[in-house]
Amino acid sequence: MQGRIHSLESFGTVDGPGTRFVVFTQGCPMRCAYCHNPDTWDVKGGKLMEPAYIIEQYERNKPFYANGGGLTVTGGEPLMQVDFLIELFSLAKEKGIHTCIDSSGIMYNPENPYFMEKLDKLMPLTDLVMLDIKHIDPEKHKELTQHPNHNILKFAEYLNEKNVDMWIRHVVVPGLTDDEKYLYDLGYFIGALHNLKALDVLPYHTMGEKKYEALGMEYKLKGVPPMDKELLLDKKQAILNGIRARRAEMEAK
Amino acid sequence: MRPEWTDFVAGKWESEINVRDFIQKNYHPYDGDESFLAEATQNTKDLWAQVLELQKAEREAGGVLDMDTKVVSTITSHGPGYLDKSKETIVGFQTDKPFKRSLQPYGGIRMAEKACSDNGYEVDPEISEFFSTHRKTHNAGCFDAYNAEMRACRSSHIITGLPDAYGRGRIIGDYRRIALYGIDRLIEDKLTQKDSTGKVMTDDVIRLREEISEQIVALKMMKEMAATYGCDISKPAANVKEAIQWTYFGYLCAVKEQNGAAMSLGRTSTFLDCYAERDLKNGTFTEQEIQEFVDHFIMKLRMIKFARTPEYNQIFAGDPVWVTESLAGVGVDGRPMVTRMSFRYLHTLTNLGASPEPNLTVLWSPRLPEAWKKYCAKMSILTSSIQYENDELMRPDHGDDYGIACCVSSMVIGKEMQFFGARANLAKCLLYALNGGVDEVSKKQVGPKYRPVEGDVLDFDDVMDKFVDMIEWQADVYVNTLNIIHYMHDKYCYERAEMALHDRDVKRYFATGVAGLSIVADSLSAIKYAKVEVVRDEDGVIVDFKTTGDFPKYGNDDDRVDSIAQDIVHKFMTAIRRHHTYRNGVPTTSILTITSNVTYGKATGNTPDGRKKGQPFAPGANPMHGRDTHGAVASLSSVSKLPFVDAQDGISNTFTIIPGALGKEDQIFAGDIELDLNK
Repeated sequence: MQGRIHSLESFGTVDGPGTRFVVFTQGCPMRCAYCHNPDTWDVKGGKLMEPAYIIEQYERNKPFYANGGGLTVTGGEPLMQVDFLIELFSLAKEKGIHTCIDSSGIMYNPENPYFMEKLDKLMPLTDLVMLDIKHIDPEKHKELTQHPNHNILKFAEYLNEKNVDMWIRHVVVPGLTDDEKYLYDLGYFIGALHNLKALDVLPYHTMGEKKYEALGMEYKLKGVPPMDKELLLDKKQAILNGIRARRAEMEAK
Repeated sequence: MRPEWTDFVAGKWESEINVRDFIQKNYHPYDGDESFLAEATQNTKDLWAQVLELQKAEREAGGVLDMDTKVVSTITSHGPGYLDKSKETIVGFQTDKPFKRSLQPYGGIRMAEKACSDNGYEVDPEISEFFSTHRKTHNAGCFDAYNAEMRACRSSHIITGLPDAYGRGRIIGDYRRIALYGIDRLIEDKLTQKDSTGKVMTDDVIRLREEISEQIVALKMMKEMAATYGCDISKPAANVKEAIQWTYFGYLCAVKEQNGAAMSLGRTSTFLDCYAERDLKNGTFTEQEIQEFVDHFIMKLRMIKFARTPEYNQIFAGDPVWVTESLAGVGVDGRPMVTRMSFRYLHTLTNLGASPEPNLTVLWSPRLPEAWKKYCAKMSILTSSIQYENDELMRPDHGDDYGIACCVSSMVIGKEMQFFGARANLAKCLLYALNGGVDEVSKKQVGPKYRPVEGDVLDFDDVMDKFVDMIEWQADVYVNTLNIIHYMHDKYCYERAEMALHDRDVKRYFATGVAGLSIVADSLSAIKYAKVEVVRDEDGVIVDFKTTGDFPKYGNDDDRVDSIAQDIVHKFMTAIRRHHTYRNGVPTTSILTITSNVTYGKATGNTPDGRKKGQPFAPGANPMHGRDTHGAVASLSSVSKLPFVDAQDGISNTFTIIPGALGKEDQIFAGDIELDLNK
């Protein structure tokens, strides 16, 4: 099963633990206003690649990915290509490679038995899922991404049930996703999940803007400043406070 | 045992000049972290503030603060100079005061004059007259012997940066010998060497005898020079302070007499650590004091300066000295050679701030201690001032007492040296192959009048065939030009100070180099995998290319094009190896234009890979800018496939990355969430 791939990055240091070989899949149903990879949206773009080819590329330079690194599939939305992922990760696991999916969770649908069957097959092959929750509030989420978030949150709970390690990623955009009330709520929600291993708070940056220009697309966040790094530390604390509160409640019970 | 050697482990280093044996028997590997390091002392801070003031004054004066125009620099030509005598623990300047550049006309009087006049100074007319009429220079010698073809190649830049008007450099004296043995013992050894030459007076024997005599003169002068600073270096150094000072004096003598293209220091840190460990144990000095000596030593190395012309500075992008110091590495017995002194050297980047000089070079191996690796990474991120080289690649050839001259040239300290050979412009050579030896810029027939390519579309096999022929020609004129250069350099500008600190029979590397490798690889890949049409001017000279279709580009770990790059390096080296080399030098090549890639680009026309006339080459063995699209590992993999056996003088890659791309900031990233919650 070939994958539809946007690009391969041989030196990934920000997409999971250690130094990683990163596969960017092509195609995404989300239309997040701050997406910095709009060139990965089109489901018909990219190049077709065999899983074996990707593993071969990884193996060529595997000493770089030793010491706690591995293979990350991001995108685009990787879970749009779940068959491809199953094949890719089966091969990776044969080689003892640490596997990670970076996903928005948008594909998750418990009412689709066909998808769920495949997902159940993929999860044992997956060492880590980095789940990017765009917004904890359903309405705000829809404004931001044009999609609801209830299944995304259910996906987090599903991963918890399946005992798959999870990192929560959250992009903080000034004026859009920086309200500390919602950040606390986000923390409160994920605090209940024991599979949560890390919190990766990402500051919004404007480097994606040029890509929109190059693609002739409108950039919705024109004029929004990049997120201040100092302020970001407070935002992280808001989420952590939510987690702490939830954990304290659970302990009390 | 001599009193200065008390407490050292005995060995054959006592009965013969053998610094390596001393190090191996006496060094203490250190696998701890940097927490023992001491801060800069007040004296260090005061002295460094003085240096910064001088640097500022120098910049404001247009780049040069003071130049000597009257006294030809020799080891003993200048009296002592100081920043602040009461505060300096390590002393010595090239002239009688800091930031005053010395006059060194032996490489070429015109270059010396121009270096002065371009900076608003004038060489004493008597000196000009002397070096034009009575004493020939290296530069004059070269031009006496050059033929028309060599001159044409030189001015069209198909061979470029040749050391025929400036010092060739790249020779590292074993400056440590002075510290370990003292000058008297070294002179004794040289006298024995002189007695041991062949009895039949062939050219080689005569030259060797004359050279050893020159070396002995240099050694005597070193003693004299050190005495003006109140130091008696006739005897071995008795402690770490003296060991650093003696070693520095040796280096200082070299830079007093040679304005070389790279004047490197060698591999001194682990040697000096033997003294430091002994002194710490005996309570002779504290860690704070030892760090102060090191800081002052490094400060001196940062103040080495030469008189150079703007053209020279253009080739080398500034006026680098390449005071390269090689750190760490692993011994042939498997013990890492990291010592506390290795840390102290890197720590100068904290105590004195970041700096390109001295060029601190870490000989890297996966077997180095983890704490050291982490410290190196930390200092690299903080200062961008550290160079890395692959010890695993070089140790099999050179053992564990080699050092790097300039940026990549490896040689065993005191036993090997090299004849620096600048480089051949391979990109231009490819264009000559297409145009039958006609220069694409000047339109002159510079190369041989071979048959140019015909038709409008380039055919890979045809181009490759012609390119190989042209490489043969280029290698021929290149090696012969270098033969003249090194003959004349030995004759008129001999490095007596550095060679005095070598064994009698040294191995000489005959270094060559190439520029434009990634352009050639991508160009040939374009010809092979895409369609390249030629554009001819009114004289029928190919001046541009029209490329349709995509092609694999060097820098993406793609064997289709990486194999072309490997093949070209091999073909070039094979052509070089066919030639006679001066003094039977062992031919090597390097792929290392770290700074001159801009100048070479200016002199080279459009190339089939899509690079436009005048655009810079990629530095060293780097892929062309922006063509490596698969990330750093893939890019480095392409470079690492280049055969070291065919490029033994080194392969360089300039790696630039924004800090954010090196990983998560621990402030923002909350890993291991359970732990974090307990805070």
